[in-house]
This record gives sequence, C-alpha cells and structure tokens, in this order.
Amino acid sequence: MHLAASIIFLCSFLWASGAPVQPGEDRMVTDNSPGRLGGRLVVALRSEPKTLNPVLAVDDPSRDVIRCLTADLIHISRESLKTEPELAKSWNVSRDGKQYTLHLRHGLRFSDGQPFSADDVIFTFQVYLDEKVHSPQRDLLIVGGKPITVEKVDNDTVRFELSQPYAAAERLFDGLAILPRHLLENTYREGNFSQVWNLSTPPDHLAGLGPFRMKEYVLGQRIVLEKNPYYWKEDRSGSRLPYLDELDFLVVPSEDAQVIRFQAGDTDILSRFGAENFSVLEKQQAAKSYRLHDLGAGLEYNFLFFNLNDLASKSLPEIARKQFWFQDVRFRQAISSAMDRAGIVRLVYNGRATPLWSQVTPGNKLWMDDALPRPARSLDHARQLLQSAGFSWKNDGSLVDARGAPVEFSILTSSSNSQRTKMAAIIQDDLSQLGMNVHIVPLEFRSMVDRLLNTFDYEAAIMGLVSGDADPTADMNVWISSGETHLWDLRGKPATPWESEMDRLMEQQETTLDFAQRKRMYDRVQEIVADDLPVICLVSPNILVGSKDRVGNFRPAILNPYALWNVEQLYVR
Amino acid sequence: MERRFKLPAALFLLAVFHAAIIFAGFFAPYDFAAQDRELPFTPPTPIHFVDQHGNLHARPFIYGLSADPASPSLYKTDPTKEYPLYFLVPGAPYRIAGLFAVRVHFFGVHEPGRILLLGADAYGRDQLSRFLYGGQISLLAGLLAAALSVSLGVVVGALSGFYGGWIDEVLMRGGDLFLALPWLYLLFAVRAALPLHISQRQVFLMLVVVMGLIGWARPARLIRGVALSARERNFVLAARGFGASNGYLLRRHVLPQAYGVVLTQITLLIPQYILAEVTLTFLGIGVGEPMPSWGSLLSSLQQYYVLASYWWMFLPALLLIPLFLSFYVAADAVQERLKSIPL
Repeated sequence: MHLAASIIFLCSFLWASGAPVQPGEDRMVTDNSPGRLGGRLVVALRSEPKTLNPVLAVDDPSRDVIRCLTADLIHISRESLKTEPELAKSWNVSRDGKQYTLHLRHGLRFSDGQPFSADDVIFTFQVYLDEKVHSPQRDLLIVGGKPITVEKVDNDTVRFELSQPYAAAERLFDGLAILPRHLLENTYREGNFSQVWNLSTPPDHLAGLGPFRMKEYVLGQRIVLEKNPYYWKEDRSGSRLPYLDELDFLVVPSEDAQVIRFQAGDTDILSRFGAENFSVLEKQQAAKSYRLHDLGAGLEYNFLFFNLNDLASKSLPEIARKQFWFQDVRFRQAISSAMDRAGIVRLVYNGRATPLWSQVTPGNKLWMDDALPRPARSLDHARQLLQSAGFSWKNDGSLVDARGAPVEFSILTSSSNSQRTKMAAIIQDDLSQLGMNVHIVPLEFRSMVDRLLNTFDYEAAIMGLVSGDADPTADMNVWISSGETHLWDLRGKPATPWESEMDRLMEQQETTLDFAQRKRMYDRVQEIVADDLPVICLVSPNILVGSKDRVGNFRPAILNPYALWNVEQLYVR
Repeated sequence: MERRFKLPAALFLLAVFHAAIIFAGFFAPYDFAAQDRELPFTPPTPIHFVDQHGNLHARPFIYGLSADPASPSLYKTDPTKEYPLYFLVPGAPYRIAGLFAVRVHFFGVHEPGRILLLGADAYGRDQLSRFLYGGQISLLAGLLAAALSVSLGVVVGALSGFYGGWIDEVLMRGGDLFLALPWLYLLFAVRAALPLHISQRQVFLMLVVVMGLIGWARPARLIRGVALSARERNFVLAARGFGASNGYLLRRHVLPQAYGVVLTQITLLIPQYILAEVTLTFLGIGVGEPMPSWGSLLSSLQQYYVLASYWWMFLPALLLIPLFLSFYVAADAVQERLKSIPL
C-alpha cells in the first residue's frame, strides 16, 4: 500500500515536470501573442481570503484567488463582454430556448492529474443547487422560480433544462467553478461541505481546472500559486499555458499600502484604487517603469435616493412626514437638476469618472441608452420644479413646503467610503443653494445597511452598486419591486405605475431571447430611472489599474477581475 | 528660555490662540463652508510686495489663480491680476456671540481674488477659516472633556487612595472595568440608539460626555497612587495626630500633592481628545460636514495622496504644535510656582 502510494506520487511528479501531452486532449488555443515561459508575478490582496471553497466564497480576495485555481463551463469575455467557450467547447440551444446541451472538452485533467468528465459537472451543480450548502450563487440558478436541472448525456456531454427561456442563460455559467468530484464527494455526502477547502487545507487536497494550483500558504502574509501542469489552454505557437511558473498573492491590508508597495516595486499589478492615488502614481510612471491605465467608466453607479418605504408599521412619524416631499417626482427632479455631477467628477475623482443620468454607464457599451437626455445642472430649473410642487422661499432664502414646514433632511453615507462622503459634502452645498437644510450623517457601513434594509430609519442615502455583469439580469434585484436591493422601497410590490412598468419590462427582457427587443425594453427602464428618479444617478468612477512594464499581455478590462482575468496569458518580459 | 518668562510667554500664546478661535468669524477671511469648486487643493497663497515689473508696493498684494482644465489641481498664477490686501474688509456675514450680524473681517482681498494662507482643501474651502472655526468645537470640547475626566479621576483616585480597604477595591475594580470595556462596540450601540440627525449642540455635549467618561480611569489610578503615598507622609500623620478630620486632610494635605499630576494629565489629555474626535466622527457621533473640527482637518492626513501631493494640508497640524506646547509649558510653570508656595 505504502509502495503503491509512493509510486503514484512518483508518477504524478513525472507528469508534473514533463508537461505531458494526453492523447485526445481537447486543448483550447488562445489568440494572444505568444509570451515567454517562466517567471513569477506578485499581486496584492486587500485582505486574507476567508475561504478557498468556490461554492461559498463571497469576498473579493477569496474569489480573486479561487479564479486562478478553477475554471467554468462558459465564460464571459472581459474584453467583448460576450460569452465564449471555456470547459464547454460548444453548445446547442433547443428551439424553445429551454434546453442547453454543452459539449465538454475531452481528456482534460484536474491540477492533481485526475481526469475531468461530465460526472464532475453533474456533481458541481448538485452542490451549488443544494439548499443546505447555502451557496450565494444558488439564486442565479433559479430561473422562473425553479432551479435549473442538469443531466449527463454521455461522458463529454451534459444537458441543462430551464423552466422558461432565459436571456442570460449562457452567462449563468461564468464564475461557477467546476469541482473535482473525486476529492469532494465524500465530504459532501457526509454533510460537511462547508468545511472543505479552507485556509488550512493542505495544497495537495485542492485541485481545479484553473491555470494555477496551490503551492504554499503563509497565514496572514501570502499565498503562492504554481503553474498547473495539466492546464488545457495553449497559445498559437503550441506552448501550454500559463506562461508564469508562479503567482504570489501578498496580503496588503489597505489601498494606500498597496499603492506604496506597487510604487516600491514589490508588486507587479495594482487594481481597485482611487483617482487620487492614480494622480500620485502618475508622476513617477517613467522613472519607476510602470504604466497606469485609465479604462474609463466601469459598471459601478453611485446614486442618491430617498426613503420611499411604507412606514405605516414603523413608528417614524418624522420621516413619514417628509415622505410627502420625497414621493413627489418634481421634488426628486429638482434635486437631480441641482446636482453638480461635473463638480463631483472633478473634486472627488480628479476628473477620472463619468457623470451619470441612469444606471447604465458608458462602460457598458452593449446596453447603454445613447438617446437618453443628459441635462446640464440648472438651479433655475430646479427652483421652477419646486415652485410647481408648492414649495416656496422665505426671506432668508430657506425653502418651505406648502404647509410652511422648512425643508430639512439628512443623507446617510458610509464613513469608510471617502469618495461618497465627499460626494455628500458637495450635494449638501448644492442643495443649500436651493434653500434646503441638509445634514450629512456618516455611519459605519454595517449600521448604515441596517438602517437601509431593516429599520428604514433614514431619510436619504448615498450608495454605490457595482453590476456583477454587463447584462441587465445581473441587476434584476435592484429594479424589480420584489428584489432584495430595491433599496428605495422594500415593500415587495410596486407602489407607483412606473414601478409596475419597470417590473413588467425587467421580467419581459429576462425571457426574451432577441437582443434588439431586450435592448428596447432596457432602454425604457433607463428612461424611467432618469425621469421618475427612484434613484438619482450621479457618477461612475473609472476603472484604474497599473502594471509594471515587464508584464506582458496585460489587457485590463472593466469587468471584475479587472487585471487578472487573462492571468494564464500574462508573462514576464 | 529663562524660567520667569516661560509662563507669560505661554500665556500670551494661549491668549492669542483663544482670541483668534473665539472671534473666528472676525479673524477668518471666509465662511468655513464656502466652496470654490474651480480651485480644489489650492496651495497657500504667497503674499507679494514686489510685482512682476519690479515695482515695490507699499500695500502687500496677491496674484489671481487660474485652473488648468486639462489637469485639475494644477494652478497657474495670473500676474496680470493683482489683489491688494486690506485690513478690516467686508466679507461673508457672521455673528459675534450669536447676536450681532457682522460683515467685517480682520483681513482679506476683494472678490474675485481669494487669499488662502493655509491653502484650500478638496472642496476649495479656506483651511485657515476652517482651522479657526474648528477650534471652537475641538478646543472647548477637548478642554471640557479633559476637565471632566480629570475631576472624576481626582474624586475617585483620592477617595480610593486615601481610604484604602474596600472602597479602594470597589473604585479601582470599577476603573478596571472601564478600561476593559469594548468602547467601539458600545459606541455603535449608542449611535444606533440616537436619532438620525444630531444637532451641533448635542454633538458637542456628546463629545464631552463620551470622551470625559471614557478617559477617567487612568488619571484616577495615578491620583490614587499619589494619595496612597501622601497619607503615609509624616506631616499627614502628624496632622492626624493633632486631630485633623479626614475631610481636612484630603483637602489640605493630600489633594495639593496631586496638583502636578492633574495638570500634566489635562495637558496630555487635550490633544488625545482632539484626535479621539476623528474616531467618533467615523462612528457617526462626531462633528459633521460642513462644520469643521480639528479632528476632521487632521483625519485627511491619513490618506497617502494628501501626504504625497498636498503638503499644505499639514499646516493645521503644525499650528497645533505651538498651541499644545504652550499648554504644556503653562502647566509646567504653574506647577513650579505651586511648589515654591509653602502649603
């Protein structure tokens, strides 16, 4: 037994060093310019990953690492924002749009050398869909109220069945890491899935289909990944990817510290940092041989919104009284008209942001409604709107409503987000020019979320959301009235005609397969957001990344992960 | 400095600071909330006597600034625009003692010129004006909170050290409890229980009470030590032998021994409390925008880009050094004088 084990170990060692060519291995050829093999890159993580379990990970650091260790069936290209084959080399859709038959690449191996087959896919979806596992991605796999089903057709083919046609069906697979059944099935059957693949799991108990595999983990300091010798992609010249021998993740706990480490040359790639630090780094670009990239607007939208919740069951008379203003669309329009979006772009983001009038940013070229009006700031227009809504001004310039009550309200912001706190100070000043007395209430993030989602004890708030994907289905939760992120009103049903219309449009676009039709529906949703202003969209910050000159094939994108999405193609010059 | 000048010099500096802060409306050239969105992060305005043609001006003047549209926060001086500096100029309205509306400022230039002696912050607000107005809250809150902490500390510490026994046990364990409490989480709870918007006056009271209550345990321990050693001194034992009451002994012999500790504690606590306000603001119980406070002026220094690009954001911090130093020197000098007075 012992001998057998060591022979297997020896064999796998030989495999590893020799980069074997499997007969019939269905490799994917990438279109990048061929790079140099070998070398090591260092990237910083904001905090230690909480887990390495792909089914349970929610935090960015965990997902950044897991993404390098695993692969999905169909992938969203970060460049085109469209789907492309990954582990599934092709797929057919049935005529009614409910059945997807995926043809898997044949003869692939996990990073521990064990073969990959349809059984792994079936097992993976069983785990993701298991209610007891509590995967955060489970919700995505419920289409039309029913979980999708999966069956094995043969060793290289699986079939997914949806209860109704679903426009973004192919995009569901992005980020769903295929698990090795041979390593995880027993633990799963025993009901201990939540404990697998944590930070104390020995590296040889982890295996995936990603470009890298775990080599070493130093608690609280760094994670070292090494090249997966079984990876299934190769470049045009036939060398097996990834090019890098090693990828190191360093734990560097703050943005400023990450910027300093990058500036000092300790890390090779920097992402998720602010415009102020961009300006600081910019000055030394040439001297320190790195390059900064401003990719333009990403998918984050920051907005101001008012509490339109049903407060009948809560004892918040003060806020309920102010809701008479908030519910009046003219009041919201006046506020939108008074917003100095250009000022926010300049003062908060040093010009590295884009003003917004609806939730879709210019970064999302597929879905943005170009015809949407983008009115410039006008205090006069705002005053007219307020006047038509029955507001008037006292001699000292302060605004009062039709009953003579002074217009005074507070805006919640998260005190840990310096950009939004700054936005609040600008908005406060903008609105004081209309005679409104606005207070800023910065709160620690969790206390703020508690007020927004549970107690409804707030008047207005500034928030930002980052769409998980360019497709509108990613934001269903925000725009349909039963969604959990329908922040301004969580009563679960539409309260106004425009909310009903938005519900209908969002549900329709989800089951419509024709892109042009869907685009028209989502354009209308953007119009509603811009006209009826459930949220007053303000700005979208640009995606900023930096890389050392020596990093080859660096092609950052506006969709998360901004810099490492093509990690298998990166090389050291 | 020669010893006898120490106290007057320190007191003079303190008087200047306090006068400037109390009459912030008069000494500050601008309103603390007035934004200039075209000129964020303006460096301090240089004051000139000689113009570009080499002519000497009797009245100092400043040049106008224009922003470079291509790269925000890079400015060019415009030598064609000169704004002479005047004393007692009309400007933004303010109130003296909350009563009289006044427009006269100590110094300033005529619009559209802007004189920013300490530069401008991220919104183009004058840092000097914000520093002066900010002192109104921070300095007073710091002083009152330090006084509250130390008086609680004196009472508890003196009783504890003088009487000893179970009183000592109870009071000191109570102090330990205060030191061990997880304040951050308690303050979260406090914030959640408070109404959404807290008025300036309530914020001020809260700052004083929260900081004063959190900080009493450490001075109490120190003063307990002093009282403990004092009650064993021969002159105290002698007084007791002559029939002096406990109250008399505490008042006349034990507490005077603690003056030094009290003074140094106050001078050490004030700067601490001014910084503590940063944390309280983070938790949502500090001074909110647009009101300035020293804590909020200092907190912007925690960001790397400020450190790297905008050195003048440090000027308020530098101004605080002579202020705190004169507090310390004054306390030190008072202590020395007390020593020389026979008790």
